[in-house]
Amino acid sequence: MATTLTINGQSHQVDLPDDVPLLWVLRDEVGLTGTKFGCGVAACGACTVHIDGEAVRSCQVALSDVWGDVTTIEGLGTPDAMATIQQAWVDHQVAQCGYCQSGQIMQAAALLAENPAPSDADIDDAMQGNLCRCGTYPRIRAAIHDAAAKLKEV
Amino acid sequence: MASIGKILRRTFLIGSAAIVGGVAFGAYYVSRPAANPLKPGKGETALSPFVLIDQQGVTLFAPRAEMGQGVMTTWATLIAEELDVELDQIRVLHGPAAAAYYNSALVGEGLPNKGYDISDFQHNLGEALGVLGRTLSLQVTGGSTSMKDGFERMRTAGATARETLKQAAADRLGVDRAQLKTENGAVIAPDGTRIPYTELAEAAGQIEPPEAALRDPSEWRLLGQSQSRVDIPGKSTGTATFGIDVRPEGLKFASVRMNPRLGGQKNGFDASAAETMPGVEKVVDLGTGVAVIASNTWLAIQAVEAIDVDWGEAPYPPDTDGLFDQIAKAFDDAPNSTMRDDGDVDVLPEGATEITAEYSAPYLAHATMEPMNATALFTGTKLDLWCGNQAPTLIQMRVANVANLDTEAVEVHTTYLGGGFGRRGELDFSEIATKVAMAMPGTPVQTTWSREEDMRHDYFRPAAMARMRGAVKDGKAVLIDGKVASQSPTQQAVERYTGFPGGGPDKVLVEGFFNQPYAVPNYRMSGHIADLAVPVGFWRSVGNSHNGFFHETFMDELAHAAGRDPLDFRLELASGEHAPSAGCLQAVKEMSGWTGKTPDGVGRGVALTYSFGTPVAQVIEVVDEDGTIRISKAWIACDVGLALDPATVEAQMIGGMIYGLSAAAHGEITFADGEVEQYNFPDYDALRMHNTPVTEVRVLETNKHLGGVGEPGTPPSMPALGNALFDLTGERARSLPLNKQFDLLV
Repeated sequence: MATTLTINGQSHQVDLPDDVPLLWVLRDEVGLTGTKFGCGVAACGACTVHIDGEAVRSCQVALSDVWGDVTTIEGLGTPDAMATIQQAWVDHQVAQCGYCQSGQIMQAAALLAENPAPSDADIDDAMQGNLCRCGTYPRIRAAIHDAAAKLKEV
Repeated sequence: MASIGKILRRTFLIGSAAIVGGVAFGAYYVSRPAANPLKPGKGETALSPFVLIDQQGVTLFAPRAEMGQGVMTTWATLIAEELDVELDQIRVLHGPAAAAYYNSALVGEGLPNKGYDISDFQHNLGEALGVLGRTLSLQVTGGSTSMKDGFERMRTAGATARETLKQAAADRLGVDRAQLKTENGAVIAPDGTRIPYTELAEAAGQIEPPEAALRDPSEWRLLGQSQSRVDIPGKSTGTATFGIDVRPEGLKFASVRMNPRLGGQKNGFDASAAETMPGVEKVVDLGTGVAVIASNTWLAIQAVEAIDVDWGEAPYPPDTDGLFDQIAKAFDDAPNSTMRDDGDVDVLPEGATEITAEYSAPYLAHATMEPMNATALFTGTKLDLWCGNQAPTLIQMRVANVANLDTEAVEVHTTYLGGGFGRRGELDFSEIATKVAMAMPGTPVQTTWSREEDMRHDYFRPAAMARMRGAVKDGKAVLIDGKVASQSPTQQAVERYTGFPGGGPDKVLVEGFFNQPYAVPNYRMSGHIADLAVPVGFWRSVGNSHNGFFHETFMDELAHAAGRDPLDFRLELASGEHAPSAGCLQAVKEMSGWTGKTPDGVGRGVALTYSFGTPVAQVIEVVDEDGTIRISKAWIACDVGLALDPATVEAQMIGGMIYGLSAAAHGEITFADGEVEQYNFPDYDALRMHNTPVTEVRVLETNKHLGGVGEPGTPPSMPALGNALFDLTGERARSLPLNKQFDLLV
């Protein structure tokens, strides 16, 4: 039975079993590979997307349970038109291997939407579910503070 | 290193069997140069294996794998510096698998001694491999060698291209080449006319490249400055392609299960339940494992887990205690190597105080963020393979063998790596993906491992033990006698890659142990190889990763036995031996405001490890917060000789340290019933945002050699943390991970 999802503002018809996690709908069916598979058990945050603006682990949301509009890293901005948070990631040269960064950015974007001026402790709380084996945390922190400052100017 | 590189480049084609993390074997006389691996299309001209210019623009090939260490950008910068192009106006691609991209520096690292002799070198290579006359190619990203290897060759490639383009312009204009200049992708005529390289490319292809001198560093415009990395915009927008993101037309998705008793047989299996599950297209018998091809990766994972498999026994003792017993037994045998033997350690100097200590470190997984995967398309006569990898030529040969094809019929497409750390120098993920795709000829199949499969089927950092004996007198170390025992990743890897057992003295096993920059008059360091079949491999910094902990924890114990401040104690010993190492200690002393005293509830530890040509000193601070210990601050000083891109050096130092601290705090792979007991990140966690220390880095440039940066940040982190915990609690950490002994913030 086909399910209809709204992803990055576009409607998609998906014909997959109900229990397939949103992560694998995005990656293998819709072709949006920016959202990454890291652990499958909500322990690393690489698969983080937004549903109605809320940061969720897409590996834990079954297709039939998707309750709203989905935004992925591709929907946040593009290389030619980056979102403020993505530009901050470039300005601070955050990524190393880069595999976790889609999830880090989506988590950080949700944090800033809720809390426009997060403290270090707020960042610790919001970001500790997102693992980075390259150890880019100090630059992630700096990029979040910078994006917060830039968004305040707008 | 430069002189070795020069000799090898001029005399040898680097080849033969390989390892990833720090030592390699194989150099052969060649009578002709390696074929140019770039196949220029019509209207294109290949100026060297690293530069391609056509009507569309300039493309630079970075034949080292970009796994986050910035190599693509810095290699491109080396070329761009001489070629006079701007990084934002050219393309940088991973080069295809090719012999011309051999890693000359890695071979240099593998030399058995400091003294270097060509004939001995060849002899050792042949003996180590047992495969004289067999030519393999080596295109490896590992051993923190990329900059050493590329420093001269890439600039020479850029300079040669530049001079050839100038010659083409000179011929066109009827002027002398010396009258021309180059700037931002164009040759500038004496009258100021710009002729873009793209217009000269075809003519340049007809010209024998002239000799080109390298510019003096004082003229550099790019090198030595932090560049904006070419891969970061893609990685910040979800548009960078990793192996797992490859989407050829008609792609199917597969997942795999291999025997969790590593290296054991498969006695049989029943896939009837899996065959009827949604999306399943085919069950594949891999001989030593099973795979399922489906319409979706998740459906494939569900189905492959539903296969009932009768797995055979493990070819090693089934539990952790039994494995450590076997490692300890290696101390009873004659050492495999004694690479340092200064003075006489058998005689205790008169009036000296002797201490002994025993240490251990566990097996560790690499746990790259991107689980192992590869994508293959097998047509019967050709194989295309896409994956992030650290050794494309080795993979090409292996999968050609698997598919019964000539290596020329195999094309390896290297993507970005979602973490490497040594894991992606292995061949297993490519071999498995090839076998799976061969079950569905004509259809591309991506085989992705579950995190659990990845965690439990690694080539692990081997567990290791050390027995240390030392003596102090008048506030100084006068004797160190150390023995380390572990499996040999190098010997195992040689056998994996070539089919022939590795042998000979294993330098990698004792790196970070025998070669530390301290002036101690009686100093003997030996390595013992434990005979075990647990799969082991190259884990960021390899032997240094355990030896740094052993050596520098013992150094701390010696300092305390001598009644000395542990930083000053080291500084004094290093000053007499290696000034850059002493300089790193001095730097962290200043940066941290080290006084040797800490307030109640705060502890500090220091460590120094010289690895991959780079000394790195670290001070770690820990804080007791109501009984929970936080790793609060860190100071790092390294001396890389020449920082080609300072921001990348800083990133690697911090990242390397965090990788090491993660292992020191949490990392442990254990075995029961022959199987790894850790499945996923909840069982094998790492530092995260909230428990990563605030870190300051100082990059020094006094070292005479260009040192590595990807790995040297890892080894000193573990002893520095252990020593800080000792300072805080008075309890000495002699075994890793530290969360078993201390209540660390997780």
